[in-house]
Amino acid sequence: MAERILDFEKPIAKLEHKIEEMKELSHSSDIDLTKEIEKLQNKLNSQIEKIHSNLTTWQRVQLARHPRRPYFLDYIKEITSDFIELHGDRHFADDKAIIAGLATIGGEKVVLIGQQKGRNTKENLFRNFGMPNPEGYRKALRIMKLAEKFNKPVITFIDTPGAYPGLGAEERGQAEAIARNLFEMARLRVPMINVVIGEGASGGALGIGVGDIILVLENTWYSVISPEGCASILYRDSSKAPQAAEAMRVTAQSVRDLNIADEVLPEPNGGAHRSPAETAQIVKSAIVKYLKKLKKLPKDELLRQRLEKYSKMGAWEDIAK
Amino acid sequence: MVDWFKRKKKGILGEKKNDIPEGLWIKCPKCSEILYKKAIEQNFWSCPKCRYHFRIPAFDYIKLLFDEYEEFNAGYRSSDPLNFSASKKYIAQLKIAHKKTGLNDAIVTVKGKINGHQLTAAVMDFGFIGGSMGSVVGEKISKAVDVARANKTPLLIVSSSGGARMMEGILSLMQMAKTSAKLAQFSEEGGLYISLMTDPTTGGTTASYAMLGDINIAESGALVGFAGARVIKQTIGEDLPDGFQRAEFLLEKGFVDRVTERSEMKEELTRILEFFA
Ligand SMILES: [Zn+2]
Repeated sequence: MAERILDFEKPIAKLEHKIEEMKELSHSSDIDLTKEIEKLQNKLNSQIEKIHSNLTTWQRVQLARHPRRPYFLDYIKEITSDFIELHGDRHFADDKAIIAGLATIGGEKVVLIGQQKGRNTKENLFRNFGMPNPEGYRKALRIMKLAEKFNKPVITFIDTPGAYPGLGAEERGQAEAIARNLFEMARLRVPMINVVIGEGASGGALGIGVGDIILVLENTWYSVISPEGCASILYRDSSKAPQAAEAMRVTAQSVRDLNIADEVLPEPNGGAHRSPAETAQIVKSAIVKYLKKLKKLPKDELLRQRLEKYSKMGAWEDIAK
Repeated sequence: MVDWFKRKKKGILGEKKNDIPEGLWIKCPKCSEILYKKAIEQNFWSCPKCRYHFRIPAFDYIKLLFDEYEEFNAGYRSSDPLNFSASKKYIAQLKIAHKKTGLNDAIVTVKGKINGHQLTAAVMDFGFIGGSMGSVVGEKISKAVDVARANKTPLLIVSSSGGARMMEGILSLMQMAKTSAKLAQFSEEGGLYISLMTDPTTGGTTASYAMLGDINIAESGALVGFAGARVIKQTIGEDLPDGFQRAEFLLEKGFVDRVTERSEMKEELTRILEFFA
């Protein structure tokens, strides 16, 4: 598979290539290059740090969409060993853009639900590019209800470029499916944690994204519309997406600053795609930490706090006062 | 990634084509009949010939339904939390919208009486930045739910909206969750919520409170859907069937309880309120 390298990652890739070459050279010859390699390695680390401490909003959007970024299934592999996938909405079909199932995380039995993108064309066609249809949202709701019945916490992993804008999706009630999930998630009587692991595009993301704790990985974006969609409407030019992303303040840190996310989870040096396993452990620790807190709350108090959390969201003023 | 967004046509924000134009005579956008404005007004803002329903301001709709009413939270307005500026400054757009509609945001909340029945209502106004849902719309709906709970009245939301408001980013998105959470609370306490969808009801508005009524009613001919028709067309690469995403289409597909003409709306709501009273 061709590995796409983002423009701003090129200096990093160049150094890595050099290090590889030296390693090969010292391997195939008797020349000792340990010192040189160590020097380059240090240079590489500081280069990564330099680039990643100054990322623009658009660069973070690109990282959120990085073709090597860990997807939901990668997290499942890293943080659980006993995942049992459950299929279908019991009405129409099994939507492959949303995966749901049972697992144990840190000794805790939980239900996992998330959007799944593909790594190549074939996978993307199978997963519909991570864009769910109504039956995906209805499958998610069915499994959430199962979790509620057996008192298991629900963890959702958000990574979608949006709900699928198709003819059939409209006929089968995309809007109703998302709305119903929002309504039901608001009062589901088990702890719920939402983790944004990649792209959080609009209602398609929110459709599995209501909970007690909202976690956002450092290089993700979450907003009301994609930067391209916003740009095409406000600038009449989708190539102005970087400006739109900036204007909408879509980064994880902004989502935290606007009091929507509870915590930004830092990614390993160079971003999640460079260290998928380490990233998964960071996500796992956060889930375990918050589950512990949420499990202590009586159910009525949990729901009261959840309603209060959402009631506070937004910013307005009253000129009558 | 697929790029569905390459379009240069006017978006929601520039759209004015269906607003009632100034002047005494108006051409019906559907049947092209030249109509006397007073005649349209007397006919519940619909075309006497083809029954086309004109988009009307929130207060006109309220006057069609209520015998008496009192507005609340009229002073709520956006604080421009993102300090948003794209091709225009959001704060300037808000001022223009205020000047055009006399409102502080895209929704009016009232409590009052319809044929003797107490009712709390939140009525959207498409003339205010395309009826877009931002923090103020979300907050005023939430407060309307609280007023309905406190006074033990049913709740009516009249939607006319292009969807969530981009200029408040993630905060707009979360109003979908916020309003749905409040409606869930209302529902659990046994409150009756009637959702009335008028032309147009799309995007995040449809995918939250508009679809969550105990009773969902759509005005005859209203556009109701999630994704925009142009986006869908570009995604699937074919033309959309006639009547796609219209009220009658939603009735056929099972997503609204009733499709009703505006002239019958007050009577219909009264009968429903009477049943649940
Ligand atoms: Zn007409």
